Amino acid sequence: MNEMTSVKTTVKDWETDQEVRWCPGCGDYAILKAVQRTLPDIGARPENTVFVSGIGCSSRFPYYMATYGFHTIHGRAPAIATGVKLANPDLDVWVITGDGDALSIGGNHTMHLLRRNLDCQILLFNNEIYGLTKGQYSPTSRVGTRSPSTPYGSVDRPASPCSFALGSGARFVARGIDVHKNLPSVLKAAYYHKGASFIEIFQNCIVYNDDVFAPFTAKANAAAGQVWLEDGQPMLFAGGTRGLALDPKALRLEMVDVVDGDWQAAGVIVHDQTNKGIAQMLIDMDNSAGFPVALGVIFNHPRPSYEREVVAQNEAAAKGKAPDLQKLVAQGQTWMVDKEPRAE
Amino acid sequence: MASAVHQVTRAEAADTPPPEAVVVRFAGDSGDGMQLTGGQFTLSTALAGNDLSTFPDFPAEIRAPQGTTFGVSAFQINFGSRAIDTAGDQPDVLVAMNPAALKTNVGALKDGGLVIVDTGEFGPRNLAKAGYEASPLDDGSLARWQVLAFDISALTLESVKPFGLGNKEALRCKNMWTLGLALWMFDRDRQPIVDWLKSKFAKAPELAEANIAALNAGHAYGETAELTGPMKQHRIAAAPAAPGLYRTITGGEAISLGLVAGAQLADLPMFFGGYPITPASAILHHLSRLKEYGVTTFQAEDEIAAVCSAIGASYAGKLGVTSSSGPGIALKTEAIGLAIMTELPLVIVNSQRGGPSTGLPTKTEQSDLYQAVYGRNGDAPLPVIAARSPADAFDCAIEACRLATRFMTPVMLLTDGYIANAAEPWKVPDMSGYAPFPVAFLDHVPDGGFKPYARDENLARPWARPGTPGLLHRIGGIEKQDGSGNIDYAPANHQAMTNLRKAKIDGIAAHIPEQTVTLGDGEGRLAVVGWGSTFGPIHQAVRRARERGLSVDHVHVRHIWPLPTNLGDLLRRYERIIVPEMNAGQFKTVLRDQYLVDARSLAKVSGQPFRIAEIAAAIESALS
Repeated sequence: MNEMTSVKTTVKDWETDQEVRWCPGCGDYAILKAVQRTLPDIGARPENTVFVSGIGCSSRFPYYMATYGFHTIHGRAPAIATGVKLANPDLDVWVITGDGDALSIGGNHTMHLLRRNLDCQILLFNNEIYGLTKGQYSPTSRVGTRSPSTPYGSVDRPASPCSFALGSGARFVARGIDVHKNLPSVLKAAYYHKGASFIEIFQNCIVYNDDVFAPFTAKANAAAGQVWLEDGQPMLFAGGTRGLALDPKALRLEMVDVVDGDWQAAGVIVHDQTNKGIAQMLIDMDNSAGFPVALGVIFNHPRPSYEREVVAQNEAAAKGKAPDLQKLVAQGQTWMVDKEPRAE
Repeated sequence: MASAVHQVTRAEAADTPPPEAVVVRFAGDSGDGMQLTGGQFTLSTALAGNDLSTFPDFPAEIRAPQGTTFGVSAFQINFGSRAIDTAGDQPDVLVAMNPAALKTNVGALKDGGLVIVDTGEFGPRNLAKAGYEASPLDDGSLARWQVLAFDISALTLESVKPFGLGNKEALRCKNMWTLGLALWMFDRDRQPIVDWLKSKFAKAPELAEANIAALNAGHAYGETAELTGPMKQHRIAAAPAAPGLYRTITGGEAISLGLVAGAQLADLPMFFGGYPITPASAILHHLSRLKEYGVTTFQAEDEIAAVCSAIGASYAGKLGVTSSSGPGIALKTEAIGLAIMTELPLVIVNSQRGGPSTGLPTKTEQSDLYQAVYGRNGDAPLPVIAARSPADAFDCAIEACRLATRFMTPVMLLTDGYIANAAEPWKVPDMSGYAPFPVAFLDHVPDGGFKPYARDENLARPWARPGTPGLLHRIGGIEKQDGSGNIDYAPANHQAMTNLRKAKIDGIAAHIPEQTVTLGDGEGRLAVVGWGSTFGPIHQAVRRARERGLSVDHVHVRHIWPLPTNLGDLLRRYERIIVPEMNAGQFKTVLRDQYLVDARSLAKVSGQPFRIAEIAAAIESALS
């Protein structure tokens, strides 16, 4: 985010005339709406907003936003976004990417953008599949995923996007679900965090990987399968009847029952969004082992952003030096030839 | 102490007229400081008013095992009282700091040339490492040359004794001792080197003093040795040069300064995205110190991020620049295609080196011409410019910035390892003589509405920066609809857009200078056509051939793509065309393709620049 004055806009102001070309029922539609709803709330200016994407279904996103947009090449959105933001730190930069784009072909750039802490929001649409190339397994697909390229099931272990982000030095790590009503509030928190904000959005691919997140997103599973984190609030789920406690000896989280709302008695811990160790444990909770999936802002511990530090260093280094091209080309040891020593 | 294998008599020395040009090569271990010695000798040569050209030739290893032949680092300089275009075919003087340096370099020495060796390094161990069974100083194998063999190591130790350095540190002063001797040989002023040592070792004055003492001792040794016979002092008169202010410049410096000048002439801040690679890193190093000129440098995580960040910066309204060498350019290629598709300005500098793959990282070659002109997926044309020398690289960099911004296109600037590292005297340009080409960003909605892919008279599209109200638009790598820039896969549109992209680049030919005959009257039977750093040896070879009455012209091409509009007609005037290149014949193929002319290749891919004699021989044979 930047410090330009905010303006009043409506959802309509952020929509383009382009026909949206995602499959009917794709989770991308819900994310697009959530973003278009968030931007008026935070007072963003369309002309000051840039969406940069890579390649994949999610990366068509910029065409549908009435802002500046750059649909780049596979995996490279973070690198292009870095150039955009360094060139003009006053712009609001959003990076739209997917699991294959950000963690496979572009993993290197994602890592470096995060460790540098470039001020931008990275929305990683995780559907655990390559959709645009027709359904191959992706770096986040679970072991055993059957796909055109893995007819007998995938063998390699998946990457955990949030764990990758935290390990890369991200100062803001959050999760959301495409159709969940909380997504705009997560996006808002990401926008207000100065520095790289990483948001993994569980996005349902209705064609190639339908219901892969149903174990925690389906209506019947949501209460027990989702723990929505809020800074300073106890980590409760299942309608407040269960919570997360810390086993200090084993140094791991455990699920406890909360009786009559007395979470303190049950030992439920309060979310401290600056605690990186707990953040790692929250990210690592295994849904297949019965743990809920941690959602919302998992880690938020700002540090000066990269482009501000670059600008500050450039200014400090240039201070008191007047640019003089004529002087520049004549630097170093020089000598004067007064007249030709002899004709050739 | 001195022992010359063949002693030149005073009478012999007096018989030799003062040479017009001298070639000196310093060779030693990669830890011996030969590049530093060469660099300082270059400075003193320039200050003496000689024209000069240098050729640093060093191994890829930073500190190869001591005493080995593959760890030898050499620096050659050709200087004289006439115009110097090359680093010289054969050294007149070789300074060999150990047996390995002698072994790898003495073969290049002119018959009768002078070899100076440090006997202190000619022990059995070093001789064995260099693969000598017997000492070449004793077995007569150096009889073709004059040999001055004395214990430079011991003399250096003696000279720095008062400063109480350890043995290792004391021996490090050997290169300054040698430089002192070289300065004496060519009657040079020591003061600039003394000043440089004082500033280099400002924090360790005892090291400065020790090095100065070694420098003086080497100089004094020359004076003494002259009295006893073999050494001779040469005075090379100043070369003819237009009056004005001069400095020495390497290709790396010239490109950096040219890029800064180009961005200033375009009235744009510059963004440079780079990744360390030999021999291109010097540009990143230079630019990172020039913040006050509106330069932002970004050392990216890889070559791809380097070019992508530059493209992002161009999109946001800076002049995006990236630089690399062949392998890095290969990695950038997909992104260069994106810059072509999105029609954003971008300058890409390729300091070519020996390839393919990692190839010869520290050696020079011109084998990325196909890569520059043709090396992308799809029909993806871009302008290509090639610099001929360190000084010429300055103007070429400005030209690259001009074309990139005026035509909204990536531009490839080709240089090579030789140009990047070599130094030559440079007449400091008068910057007021360069016409500015300020960029006008689109800042309002034009009549009839804003179209991101509208065209001006040069077929360039408007440059609309994010942050500008009213000009919101989306760009990307998918085929664009003519005008609107919306996604469009229609067959007719792709044909039209492919044609447009080609026509835009082809049209640049009308905005570059016509091809001239570089040397000659355009009436010769033979044209020697060159590009890039082969300029020097071709020019000298053609000049000498013409002096001997041969019917030959030199045609040097700077704009590789698009080619000058008159080049075809010009080439068709010649009976024969030869194209010397440090590759297997790439430009030759381009010329044949474009003009159906019978261009013949003179190919050299040894990692070493052409020698004048090689081109002279080719001229001879083409005309016989």
